[in-house]
Amino acid sequence: MEIVVPVKQVPDLVEELVIAPDGTRLDPDSIKLKLNEFDEYAIEEALLLKDAHRAKVTVIAIDAEGVDEILFTALAKGTDRAIKVTGDFSDGVDSHTAAAVLGEVIKGMPHDLVLTGVQAADDRDGQLGPLLACALKVPHVSVVTGVHLVGNRVTINQEYAGGVVAEMEVDLPAVLGIQAAEKPPRYVPVSKVRQATKTAKVDEVAASAVPAVPSTLVRRMFKGESGGKAEMIEGTAEEQVERILAILRERGFLK
Amino acid sequence: MSGVWVIAEQLEGKLSEVTFELLGRVRELALGGRVVVVLLGHGIKELTPELGAADSVILVEDETLANYTPEIYRRVIAELARARNPRLIMVANTSMGMDLAPGLSGELGIPLVAYCKDLRAEDGQVVAVSQLYGGKILVESILEGGKGLVSVLAGAFRADAGKKAGTPQVETVACPALGTPRICFKSLLRPQTGDLDITKENILVSVGRGIQSQDNIPIVEELAKALGGALTASRPIVDNGWLPKSRQVGKSGMTVKPKLYIAVGISGAPEHIEGMRDAELIIAINPDVGAPIFDVAHYGVAADLFDILPVLTEKIRPPQ
Repeated sequence: MEIVVPVKQVPDLVEELVIAPDGTRLDPDSIKLKLNEFDEYAIEEALLLKDAHRAKVTVIAIDAEGVDEILFTALAKGTDRAIKVTGDFSDGVDSHTAAAVLGEVIKGMPHDLVLTGVQAADDRDGQLGPLLACALKVPHVSVVTGVHLVGNRVTINQEYAGGVVAEMEVDLPAVLGIQAAEKPPRYVPVSKVRQATKTAKVDEVAASAVPAVPSTLVRRMFKGESGGKAEMIEGTAEEQVERILAILRERGFLK
Repeated sequence: MSGVWVIAEQLEGKLSEVTFELLGRVRELALGGRVVVVLLGHGIKELTPELGAADSVILVEDETLANYTPEIYRRVIAELARARNPRLIMVANTSMGMDLAPGLSGELGIPLVAYCKDLRAEDGQVVAVSQLYGGKILVESILEGGKGLVSVLAGAFRADAGKKAGTPQVETVACPALGTPRICFKSLLRPQTGDLDITKENILVSVGRGIQSQDNIPIVEELAKALGGALTASRPIVDNGWLPKSRQVGKSGMTVKPKLYIAVGISGAPEHIEGMRDAELIIAINPDVGAPIFDVAHYGVAADLFDILPVLTEKIRPPQ
């Protein structure tokens, strides 16, 4: 079985996010990029399937600064192949563009299962998975936890609100948006990644012309109102603790 | 081209709140044209009187639609949309909507703005405000001529504006022949409550990404214990395997309504807020004063949890 896992980087949300002076995008110099955490689960799910069924796993990413590192990290974790799709992406890559570009490349390679992260922090124009499935003309399911191979189909769980889960059977090939892998993503030591950068290789594939896709104009990017509705408790840590205690006492949670 | 479509969401013959939230908002927007609810399922005709806020309902009933699957639902809606050309299609950003919105956008070739927290009408255009980057950044996008697709976060709008009993015009449409489905529904599984049913607890102290490491979780657990409450978590903590799934609050976890909810190191991604916004008293502790958790909290402390929690727990804990 051939599994393809498209991955991308997103801004690290733990860091302060700074909006660029033009007000329509994040300041590229201020953001620290990291692998989209849901892609991390997609890689893990692919590796679990590889362990169980001797599947072959290929990670694929559109060229961007720092992308080599995430591809080598995936190789160090045990993926079989890494592909970097090169081209002129200076206008940025939204989900529709990524789906068109990656779709073209994936069409030309074996793909029984494509596992994407269910979402990314910046997919303003929607999640990659269903768009990629449209490009590949294969079925898609979002918010998937648990993928089990049964013959030429997979049994998957789709999560709904309140912990309710739908079990479905999906014919292969298919695209699945992974919400969480059945195990936490495996850890790979830095030394192993460094070794991979020396011994493994990232294949480069040139994108065909970046297609025009339906899109909308960003008028403005801004931060939420600070402290929106909450009454903010100010003061030193000690004063803040005292105020919390007073609130809890007042509401009868403390005697 | 006319009208606004709201794609209804129903599970086991019950309409989701978010359907009414969308319906209420589109009524307030007054974009012009008819407001049409598209309702798919089997044996669900009796739901239509609940949709009185709509001008009409397109009802597609078929055995193959009895349970949601992404493929068939998308294809049926796409086929209807191709034939009738609605101006704007509104989908909830739920598990189903995350299949349908991009799926319809891809299939119909129309633009999509996802994760919408607000929608406004301006000079014939629709301005959609997406909540991105874990809820930290808002982005205004313009749907030219008000045309396209939006997927809207659950809880973004009030449901009561969309809850109007009445008799909308119902148009029953036969389900098109779709060939052999490539996705088959098997069964619906109920959540296992595991070690504890967190939906029944009065006091929840919830831990998020801000805790940084599994070794620090006892700091939050101690506060829960001191208050006589239970320890819960946001999704990243559970996905990391630091706490069991039964403790997860949010979209893919449990929806809780405790008397007291203390959010510790949780920035408040929309998926989390969906599961706890109805708690009676919410106190949030997070270093980032702009964190969206402060939009739903009643009281906020913009501070490092490590500076607050140990002292707070110590003062609450009854003298030994």
